[in-house]
Amino acid sequence: MNEQAINKDLKIVSFKGGVHPQKDGKILSKKASIQTAPLLERYQVIVSQNIGAPPKVVVSAGDEVKKGQLLAEAAGFVSVPLHSPTSGKVEGLVDIPGPMGVMTQAISILADGKDEWTELPASIDWRNSDADTLKKRIMECGIVGMGGAAFPSHVKLSPPPDKKVDYMIINGAECEPYLTADHRVMLEEPEKVLEGAAILGRAAGVKNVVVAVEINKVDAINAMMEKAAQFNVGIVGMKVQYPQGAEKQLIYAVTRRKVPTGALPADVGCIVQNAGTAAAVAEAVNAGIPLIERVTTITGEPVVNPGNWRLRLGTPISEALKLCGGVKCEPGKLILGGPMMGFAQRSTGVSVMKNTSGILLLDKSDVTQYESSPCIRCGRCLEACPMNLQPSALSQLAEAGQYENALKYNVMDCIECGACAFACPAHRPLVQHIRRLKAEIRNRTKKEIKK
Amino acid sequence: MSEEIKKEIMLPKGEELVLSSSPHIHVTENIQSIMLKVVLAMLPALAAAIWFFGIPALLVIFWCVLFCLVLEIIWCRIAGKPASVVKDGSALVTGLLLAMNLPPVTAWWVCLLGALLAIWLGKQVFGGLGQNPFNPAAVARVGLLIALPRQLTYWIPSSGMTADAANYSEVFYAAADFTKIEQAGQVIDGITCATPLSIAQNTPKILDSGVAAADNFAAIANPESYWQYFIGNMGGSLGETSTLAILIGGIILLSFKLIRWQIPLFYLGTVAVFTGLIHLIWPGVTPPPLFHLLTGGLMLAAFFMATDMVTSPITGRGAAIFGIGLGVMTCVIRIWGGFPEGVSFSILLMNALVPLIERMAKLKPFGFRKPTPAKGA
Repeated sequence: MNEQAINKDLKIVSFKGGVHPQKDGKILSKKASIQTAPLLERYQVIVSQNIGAPPKVVVSAGDEVKKGQLLAEAAGFVSVPLHSPTSGKVEGLVDIPGPMGVMTQAISILADGKDEWTELPASIDWRNSDADTLKKRIMECGIVGMGGAAFPSHVKLSPPPDKKVDYMIINGAECEPYLTADHRVMLEEPEKVLEGAAILGRAAGVKNVVVAVEINKVDAINAMMEKAAQFNVGIVGMKVQYPQGAEKQLIYAVTRRKVPTGALPADVGCIVQNAGTAAAVAEAVNAGIPLIERVTTITGEPVVNPGNWRLRLGTPISEALKLCGGVKCEPGKLILGGPMMGFAQRSTGVSVMKNTSGILLLDKSDVTQYESSPCIRCGRCLEACPMNLQPSALSQLAEAGQYENALKYNVMDCIECGACAFACPAHRPLVQHIRRLKAEIRNRTKKEIKK
Repeated sequence: MSEEIKKEIMLPKGEELVLSSSPHIHVTENIQSIMLKVVLAMLPALAAAIWFFGIPALLVIFWCVLFCLVLEIIWCRIAGKPASVVKDGSALVTGLLLAMNLPPVTAWWVCLLGALLAIWLGKQVFGGLGQNPFNPAAVARVGLLIALPRQLTYWIPSSGMTADAANYSEVFYAAADFTKIEQAGQVIDGITCATPLSIAQNTPKILDSGVAAADNFAAIANPESYWQYFIGNMGGSLGETSTLAILIGGIILLSFKLIRWQIPLFYLGTVAVFTGLIHLIWPGVTPPPLFHLLTGGLMLAAFFMATDMVTSPITGRGAAIFGIGLGVMTCVIRIWGGFPEGVSFSILLMNALVPLIERMAKLKPFGFRKPTPAKGA
C-alpha cells in the first residue's frame, strides 16, 4: 500500500456536518485505468438529458448521421443540443426505459462501423478570445454538469449582470462512495481538467480558479499540482466527508462564504463546475468536440471486473456491464450514480447519459430492507445534516402531514443529500420524508398561484 | 465468437432488483447497538455498586432487569406488538437505570412495582420507545419515593464503612436510626446509615455569617469525606454513590456520542455556581459546591438520567437550557425543599418542558437569513 504522500503545501478544508461511510467502495475501481469501450452496433440516445427544456430533435428515421453531428437542437436558453455518438443511420425515435423509472424518448442510431466524424468547428485560441465566444462554444457542444444534475454549463457561466463573480471552483470532490470516474480523469488527464478549469474561469471572467479535491485522491492531487501553475489554477484539498461536493458545502469549504437560503452560488460570487465537465470543456474549445462520451465508473461487489470506462451516450447499461464481464451473482440493486444520491433502476435497458457518473451494482447483502422504528431522538441526523436542519423533526411532521410547520423548520433548504437517512439508527426514511414534504409544498404553492 | 462469450456473461435480472429512493447504503449502528453501548457505560457504576454493597445490590439489579424485560414482553403481547421489540435493549437499559436508583437493599416486590411504573406507565402507555415524554426510570423512582418513602430511603452502609471505625463513618451512623425491616417475608436486622444529603437536610440552618455558620457542615464537608464521596464509599442509591465510576461511564457515553455533552456540563455547572453563590452568602445554609457535586444522585442524573436521548432536547442549545433548568431546580429542592434530594423531580419537570425548549432552540439552517418583510405589504 504505497500511497503517495500529501503535499505539504496543500490547504485542506471542509464543511460542517456530513457523514463518512466506513466502507466507501472506491477501492474496487480506483486503480483501474480508463478504458475506451468498443463501438457498439446500436446506440439509444435519450433525448431529455439536461435540466431545463429538452432539446428539439432535428433528425428523422432514415437519416444518415456522422459522429458528432447534431441530433437535437437547444430549445431555449436553459437547454443544450445533443450530438450523435457515432456515424450511422437514424432508425427513428423509440421509447426505452428511462432513468426515473418511466419510459422515455430516445433516438436509436444503427452504427455503420466507420465511426466517421462530422466536420467539427475550428479550435478556439481561448487565451485570446472573449467570454461570449467561449460560452457559445460550450453551449454548442452540449456541455452540462456531468457530476449528476446535468445543468447546462453555459447558463451557470452567465449570472445576472448585477452579480459580481470572482471565484470559479472546479468540483473534484467525488464524495459519493464507490465512484472513481472523476478521480481517474484528474489523474490521467490533469492537463485537460486544468485547461478546462482555466477556460471556464475565462468564460466567467474570474481570476480565482480552484480545483477542489478530496484528499483520498492524493495521486490525482499531486498530478494536478505539478501542472497547475502553467494554467494559473489553484488546487485545494478537502477532508473526506460526504457531501463535500454539494455546491453550497463546497463553496463554504473553499471560500468560507455561505450561500444564503434560496440564493444561488453567484450571489456569493462563486460558480461551481464539475471536474469531468472541465475536461469536456477543454475538448470542446480546443478541438470542437461535442459531448458525446463520458467516463463512467462501473462498479460494485457483484461486478466481475469493476472499472472506469469511456462510454458513448446511448450505451445501454446491459452493454456497459458486459464490458466488465457481467455479474458474479444476482445483485440486489442497480443504481445510476452513487449510493448516496443515485437512482435505483429496474431495467438494464436504460442508456448512458451525460450525467451518468456511475453504474453501481449493490450486493443483496448490502440491500437490507429496513423496517423503520420511531425516532429515539439521538441527534445523529442533526450532526449529519450539512444544512444544519432538523431531519428528525421534519420526518415527524411529514408523517403527521403538517406542511405549514415543516416550513418553520426550513424544509425547503434541504439539499436531499441523504446523510440523515444514512446515519439514522432507527432506520427512518428521513430524506425520503423530506422529499415528500418538499414536493407536497411545491404542489400546494402551484395550486395557490393558479387560484 | 463474440456471441459465445456474451452468452457466458451473466447480467442482472430486472425482476429481482430492489427499487427504492436514495440513499442506498446505511450505517451499521442501530438502536440495539446504541443501547448496548449505554449498558457498557453503566458497567463501571454497577461494578462499584456490587463492590460497595455486595450481593443485595446484585439481587436488586437482577430483579429490576428481569421485571423490566418480562413486563415489556407482556405489554407487547397485550398491545399486539411483536415481542421482539424487547431486543432493542431499551428495557434492559431502563431496568439497570431503575436498579441504580434504588437503595442497595430493596425487596423484590418494590423492584416489580418500580418496573411496572417504568415500563408501563413511564414508557409503553405513550406508545413505547421514542414516544415517552418522561424518563421511565425517573417516573419509577419518583412514584416509589412518594408511595413507599420508607423502603426508598433505607440506606445501608457501604462495605468501606464500619460502625466501629474512622471518624468519617461515625458521622453517618450517629445520624441514622437503627431499625428492622421486613424483606422477602423475613425480618432481618437492618443496620442503616444516613446519606450526606440527609444529614445536610437535617442540619439546622444558620442564617448569619459567624463562625458557627462556617462550621455548620464541617462534619460532612471536609477533604477526607470528599475523597470518600468521590470513590463512592457512602450510603445512597446503589448506582449513584461512586462519582469515579460514573465519570468513567460518562467518558464512554461521550466518546460514543450517546449523550449531548451540553447536558452534564450545564447541569453540573449550574449546580456548582448556584450552590457556590448560596454558600458564599450564607455558609450555614448549604455546604460548598463540591459537596453538592459529589453526593446524592447528581452525577448519575447528569450523565445517565437527564441525558436520556428520548426525553432531552435534541439541539445543542436546547440541551444547554435543559441543563441549566435542571441545575436550578435541583439546587432549590436540595436547599429549601422538603426532600434531601431533588434530581428525579427536576428531571421529570424539565422533561415536561422539552417541547417548549425545543421550540425556543430550533437550529438555524446553513446560510440562514432573516426573512425580509414582503414588499408593499
